[in-house]
Amino acid sequence: MEGRSPWYLAYRRLRRNRVALAFGALFLAIVLFVLAAPLWASRVADTGPNETHTTERVEVGGEQREVVNREGRPIGPLWLGAGGKFFLGADGRLGRDEMVRLMYGGRTSLLVGFLSTLIATLLATTLGLLAGYYRGWADTVISRSLDVIWAFPVTLLAIALGLALATGGLQIGPLELSSGSIWIPILIIAFVYTPYMARPIRGEVLALREKEFVEAAVAQGAGPLRVMFGELLPNLLSTLIVFFTLGVAQNMLLESMLSFLGVGVQAPNTSWGTMIGDGFELISTAPLLTVVPGTMILLTVLAINIVGDGLRDALDPKSKVRIEARTGIAERKGTAV
Amino acid sequence: MARFVAKRIVGAAVVLFAISVIVFLIFNVIPSSDPAQNLAGKNATPTLVASITEEWGLDEPLPQQYLTMMRKIFTGDLISYEGREDVNERILEGVPATFSLCIGAALIWMFFGILFGYLSAVRAGGLLDRALTMVAVTGISIPVFWLAAIFLNYLTYQLELFPSGTYVPLTENPAEWANHLFLPWVTLAIGFIGIYSRVLRSNMLDAMNEDYVRTARAKGLSEHRVMSRHVLRNSLVPIVTLFGLDFGALLGGAIVVEGVFNLDGIGLYTFESLVNQDLPPVMAVVVFGAFFIVLFNALVDIAYAFLDPRVKLGEAAR
Repeated sequence: MEGRSPWYLAYRRLRRNRVALAFGALFLAIVLFVLAAPLWASRVADTGPNETHTTERVEVGGEQREVVNREGRPIGPLWLGAGGKFFLGADGRLGRDEMVRLMYGGRTSLLVGFLSTLIATLLATTLGLLAGYYRGWADTVISRSLDVIWAFPVTLLAIALGLALATGGLQIGPLELSSGSIWIPILIIAFVYTPYMARPIRGEVLALREKEFVEAAVAQGAGPLRVMFGELLPNLLSTLIVFFTLGVAQNMLLESMLSFLGVGVQAPNTSWGTMIGDGFELISTAPLLTVVPGTMILLTVLAINIVGDGLRDALDPKSKVRIEARTGIAERKGTAV
Repeated sequence: MARFVAKRIVGAAVVLFAISVIVFLIFNVIPSSDPAQNLAGKNATPTLVASITEEWGLDEPLPQQYLTMMRKIFTGDLISYEGREDVNERILEGVPATFSLCIGAALIWMFFGILFGYLSAVRAGGLLDRALTMVAVTGISIPVFWLAAIFLNYLTYQLELFPSGTYVPLTENPAEWANHLFLPWVTLAIGFIGIYSRVLRSNMLDAMNEDYVRTARAKGLSEHRVMSRHVLRNSLVPIVTLFGLDFGALLGGAIVVEGVFNLDGIGLYTFESLVNQDLPPVMAVVVFGAFFIVLFNALVDIAYAFLDPRVKLGEAAR
């Protein structure tokens, strides 16, 4: 019988999971949608995400209508009534195009979700490898520091950081960020998510380093770096992929909540979370301004979660990740079940 | 046992100290602008900033600044410069509403989490299981503040099924208390129901392969009895631990739920302070919230060690 690599087997298992594939397609569709933002803005809506149209009028079926009326109410969805302008209406008193903002906002939401999880994954992998490989005092220092962040309720920590940095900006050594920088929410979310990943990774490294292949590598004269990154890291990949995927979902939700509270993404940048925050003020007169961006978050996060579950089932049929789950570590934030 | 308790208490004390230092760093050291300016809030005047610098000792060395900040938080000296209010007084006033919200939500999520998880595991792989799994994943994927806003608009404003407005104390009118809290309870519980039902499901599936289950079946017990007395019971232990952790973490969700539903608790106070960029209340809420959670978890652990001596042994073995 022909030998097959574990990756190929995983791919075959994933291919059979129709639900995961369907939601994977939905996710790709959402990514294409937000990537098309500049195209829609320049070709169809003829405006940018931050351009205001407070005093302007728009022609709908031969009739001139105010973008924002005298009472400050924004125009509702025109769909294709004005050739795609104000497809979802205007966003409030400022009369910005909601559809254009939705597309650009999605870019920010996805960007923050991905970058923060990527940074957390890199940090957590490095810390987990160091702690698990060297053990001893390196492990003690790393694990205890992570425990402290861990003991902090995630949202409270993120909110405190978000508020302090949104009012004051950030300065640590050479790193200087102004208070409105998009990197502030990215770094905050990466920081609070790192312990959730580093702990299970450390556990896995502790188990892996006792295996024969590590002994074999050491016998061949491999140094610590080669053992960690050449031998242990490839064996962690399937876990990392699953954690990364589910982490993006988790972190997009955290970003939206911080932005809703005004301590995440700051103007002039916009994200789906800030859009809900803006829309909520008008919820009884223009509920769509809240409904639409929230639905986008729900669909995106749902798609990522289901693909993540599918990936885990495919990569790890016996579910190593689930062992962590039993102690309530990975489960705590719904990262893996 | 006394050694375990002592160790756990010392551990908690160290964590509490570390947390207080982190909060100090977050608010007074990391931001690149003048902390006095940030503390003063949006309408800062030069006089106010100068008096805050004086009052908080912001030109003194950092350890001194740290002590001043902690003294302010713990002696009730902390005031919000936005509204000139006593912060700790406002937080205390909010306790009944926030506790009512959190306890009610916790009861709902435990009940439905266990129910859905049990049904899913018993019918694993079947249609009901797949439907419940889908419901659970959706629950986990919903932004809680958005769900609150949607419920508020469609169920309260449009259909008028629920009263809008603030918290009614339990002692004043129990029926109205529950009536006003029902929607916030459900909103806050939904995400947790998703998590708990999935955790319970996977725990139960693991437990079904254990020897004691085979023994129970071999004794001729009914399937129902095997499931409820043997599988479910043993799968509930990690759920209870998880509950200890999450109950404290609820405060984050309470901020947005109280904020959206306008429930007059600690969450709403925090929500308003965030919107106004008013630092002192958030500082206090973060410190007290984190302290509450750490102490709560320490108590849960100690109670656990009394109930299940293996926990203590596990601690020693680690």
